[in-house]
Amino acid sequence: MTWLAWRQFRAAAAAVAVCLAILAAVLAATGPGMAGDYASGAAACTVASAMCMGVLDTFLNDYKDVLLAVSAAVLALPVLVGLFWGAPLVSRELEGGTHRLVWAQSVTRTRWLAVKLAVVGGAAMAAGAVGGLAVSWWAGPIDEVATGDLARIGPLQFAARGIVPVGYAAFAVLLGVAAGMLLRRTVPAMVLTLGVFAAVQVAMPLLVRPHLVPPVRATVEITRGSLESLGAPAGGSPIRVSTRAPDPSAWLLSSQTVDPAGRAVGAIPLSLKSGPCRSRGDVTPCLAEIKRLGYRQHMVYQPATHYWPMQAIETGVHLGLAAGLAVFCLRRVRRLT
Amino acid sequence: MTALLRTEGLGKRYGRRWALSDCTLDVPAGHVVGLVGPNGAGKTTLLNMAAGQTAPSAGTIRVLGGVPGAGPAQLARVGYVAQQAPTYAGLTVADHLRLGARLNPRWDASLARDRVTRLGLDPRRRAGRLSGGQRAQLALTLGIAKRPELLILDEPVSSLDPLARREFLQALMEAAAEQELSVLLSSHLLSDLERTCDYLIVLADAHVRLAGEVEHLLATHHRLTGPRRDPATLPSGQHVVSASHTDRQTTLVVRTEDPVHDPSWTVASLSLEDLVLAYMARPTSTPSTGGAGDPGGMGRGGGSGGAGGRAGGAGHPLDTLRAAAPDSTGTSGTSGTMNAGGATGGRPVLKVLR
Repeated sequence: MTWLAWRQFRAAAAAVAVCLAILAAVLAATGPGMAGDYASGAAACTVASAMCMGVLDTFLNDYKDVLLAVSAAVLALPVLVGLFWGAPLVSRELEGGTHRLVWAQSVTRTRWLAVKLAVVGGAAMAAGAVGGLAVSWWAGPIDEVATGDLARIGPLQFAARGIVPVGYAAFAVLLGVAAGMLLRRTVPAMVLTLGVFAAVQVAMPLLVRPHLVPPVRATVEITRGSLESLGAPAGGSPIRVSTRAPDPSAWLLSSQTVDPAGRAVGAIPLSLKSGPCRSRGDVTPCLAEIKRLGYRQHMVYQPATHYWPMQAIETGVHLGLAAGLAVFCLRRVRRLT
Repeated sequence: MTALLRTEGLGKRYGRRWALSDCTLDVPAGHVVGLVGPNGAGKTTLLNMAAGQTAPSAGTIRVLGGVPGAGPAQLARVGYVAQQAPTYAGLTVADHLRLGARLNPRWDASLARDRVTRLGLDPRRRAGRLSGGQRAQLALTLGIAKRPELLILDEPVSSLDPLARREFLQALMEAAAEQELSVLLSSHLLSDLERTCDYLIVLADAHVRLAGEVEHLLATHHRLTGPRRDPATLPSGQHVVSASHTDRQTTLVVRTEDPVHDPSWTVASLSLEDLVLAYMARPTSTPSTGGAGDPGGMGRGGGSGGAGGRAGGAGHPLDTLRAAAPDSTGTSGTSGTMNAGGATGGRPVLKVLR
């Protein structure tokens, strides 16, 4: 049975393998150069810290586009395997009537499907592992310096790194198989797979991932070091501030200014046109005034140290979903006609 | 000896429609069983259930004593060539043989190879590029080389031209004889099955109309022709399958285990085709014994003779029977007998349409 599963699968497997090979080639071509740039930038930082920020900003700018392209490729990988490996796996047999041929052999259909799921699901997980880990290796220097959106725990990068692509790929393939068994036709099954998978991919960072590990909550003084912006959108008063998380490569979930009683306020009743905040260029008196009035910043964030626990849990969630779909498929195949 | 196929109250429902209902059969092993019926009669449904491809909605089914599709052992005992002989278009002939070898414990590799060579199939050719007849032969090869005890074929020759049809059936019968396997095959054309089957099941409108050994069926059915009379006056051992009347004459198809002694009847034997058509044309609601269908083409509006017959028979008890007959079911033109009594001066002409 393994032979047949592989024989039917090998062309589709080869296509995705080619995509992975192209990705690997891009990574191999750019990786060493990037590591070199990073090393020289790091050297500049030890010599003169004034040069440091500029060099690292240039470094990040140079590789930002490649990073986003590579991440997009790894994000697309589970979609590819879900649509082109998962959805046709059973529906194509049903469309062509070949299920009648293969179910008439001396192999129960439960075993037939179990072997197919193992071969294709295993290959999908392997592809996800290769993609995720290769990009993680390649992006190592970027992760050292990236902050905000580009941080590896941030929503843009998290899904393309580490081990989560393994979970996504397994889930996408099983989703495709289940859709194919429900709809019995390949193209509608692909559409359904794409829709559900995209919905899950959007829902994860918005609704689920922030809570996988309890985030850190901190109320901190607004200082020059943490200040990201200070401004007054409506004619100089009141002023609004935003800050960076204490850990620059953290994933900031929320940030609000709170008054001395701890209540969230949208803005601080100070003006940019008069008082301590009037002076342009130097924000020190303004921050001192804010501190005197007792305003602080309340932040909820996932620190960089939560990266691997969150990776493990999110991978586990998707593998669990995939296992549930596998059970569904194996039960349903007995009742297919 | 275990029955080849035993069903009790077997039914299959798709949505609200019963594709097969209340099917009770007991077919002894060692037969070549033909399953015949018009398109949509439920043949494929019955065969799919016998091959373990579809689970019944009602009743029970046993094939060679086992529940179809229950496990690898049962699957190994039953071969199945589904409708349109599906094969993997992207796989070569050799791949298909390898598939058979990998998935069947009793696979006969040399038999498969010999058959493919004899058929002139190129092992490197993809199944998608074979002709319909070659694909059917490849599917049959898979079915035979699996070495089943029972081989089920669903409309195996429907896509073949007449010559390929004959060759295919011949090959099937040779294999059946060599391997002593039972065969269950369906067709909507009786002519395909007539020469090959020794057991016949007739399905129509999701119901079994007739089942039995061909020889026995032929021996117990007769066509009686004689002066017009009410079929209800027949002896109790004679069951009317179909009746047709002119104003002077009655033609009946009856089933009886005993010889017909009544001298007023001219007794003739029936061809298998006439027999099958007589049963297929019976309305579903009619009980299987003693009912009076009218497959003889004497439906209303059946020409001037028919009109005369009706006028002459006004008030005759047969009119009630005639009224109960199916209202021109569309079978009259193709049925076995055509009565044009009035048109030929009252002398009935019995014509068998082939």
